[in-house]
Amino acid sequence: MEFPSSLTFELVTPERAIVREAVDEVQVPGAGGYFGVLPGHTPLLAMLQVGELWFRQGSERFFVSVAYGFAEVLPDRVTVLAQVAERAEEVDVDRAEAAQQRAQARLGGRAADIDVERARIALLKSLVRLRVASKVRVRPSGGF
Amino acid sequence: MPSLIDMRRRIRAVTSTQQITKAMKTVAASKLRRAQDRIIGARPFARLMLSTLNSLATRVDPELHPLLAPPESRPDGPTLLFVVTADKGLCGSFNSTLLRRAGTFIGDADNAVALGVVGRKGRDFFSHHGFDVRYEDVNVFNALKYSHAQSAARAAIEAYTSGEARDVYLLYNEFKSVLQQRVVVERLLPIPRLDPDEQDAALLADHLFEPTPKEIFEQLLPRHVETQMFRAMLESAAAEHAARMTAMDAATRNAGEMIDQLTLYMNKMRQATITRELIEVVSGAEAL
Repeated sequence: MEFPSSLTFELVTPERAIVREAVDEVQVPGAGGYFGVLPGHTPLLAMLQVGELWFRQGSERFFVSVAYGFAEVLPDRVTVLAQVAERAEEVDVDRAEAAQQRAQARLGGRAADIDVERARIALLKSLVRLRVASKVRVRPSGGF
Repeated sequence: MPSLIDMRRRIRAVTSTQQITKAMKTVAASKLRRAQDRIIGARPFARLMLSTLNSLATRVDPELHPLLAPPESRPDGPTLLFVVTADKGLCGSFNSTLLRRAGTFIGDADNAVALGVVGRKGRDFFSHHGFDVRYEDVNVFNALKYSHAQSAARAAIEAYTSGEARDVYLLYNEFKSVLQQRVVVERLLPIPRLDPDEQDAALLADHLFEPTPKEIFEQLLPRHVETQMFRAMLESAAAEHAARMTAMDAATRNAGEMIDQLTLYMNKMRQATITRELIEVVSGAEAL
């Protein structure tokens, strides 16, 4: 078998296709921790957690926030089926900040009837989105 | 014979009907554009989900999850048929074609067929005719959300895993193009298995799973059912708007033709009256 030189990376959500490109490397937030994929990776099926995904083309990295879903890795392709995903430049920072404050208030409030797990996940999601959004702002000045 | 005033009244009536059909056409066209974007956006996910699942389902033990069980091993029970119709009419033969197809499906089935209906038109038809309706959801297409598909999928999986249904099928209108809808029947459960490609199977023999295959399948399979359900609903929504647009366009054209005919008839009638009156005047003058 010929060794593939790049990966076909597809990222889709139930609503739309987000990425479909040839890339050199992908890092995925798997259920058991982040893992990187280079061309020729062993076949793998992993569940995703809430986290930040990036893919690299040459020396440029692109960030995407994802939450839940699955990633299928084959030697020459990576397919990510995410429940929710947003590219860094699409994140609505105001909305994410509002969600973060809401979740924090709910966690801090200690009311008896709140769903702590749900609030925790909401907080985690908003933090990931904010972190991803901040990376797109760094790029023009050339910094990683 | 209708009088001139009657004719005028009829022309006015047809004109206002034409205004309504024209407005409906415009509305359908703009809704279609949105619905079309949604279904085109949703197709890749459904397609990749299916291919991922197929390639996996052929390589893992079917015992792993009940949704993978081969059809032969299922208990005897009714087939559950999910029918996706529109909530509203005035969209040509959109609903009636689909319901007719549902009728032939029920007629051809070798066992009893229970129904799950999404959309008011289908619900009304089947409950009025006394069919065995197990699940219904109406008023969904005005603001179609993933949660609608989730609740339908949950009902399907529950009926399937509890053994209440032997298998689950999905019947809906597929959006082929603006001018064309296609009625589609698909088996949703058990999940169809492909014959594994031999080279593929050798290549992928040592597949890694994270966490365990069982945990993944417990998550992946329900999601797959939801996805396919959601896609069917989006297909149907887009197809409905397309059908309505075509139907209303035809109606507007027909109304225009009708107005032309009526106007012609009215003018002839008016001319005839004038001629008759002239003859009366002339022959009256001659008689003097």
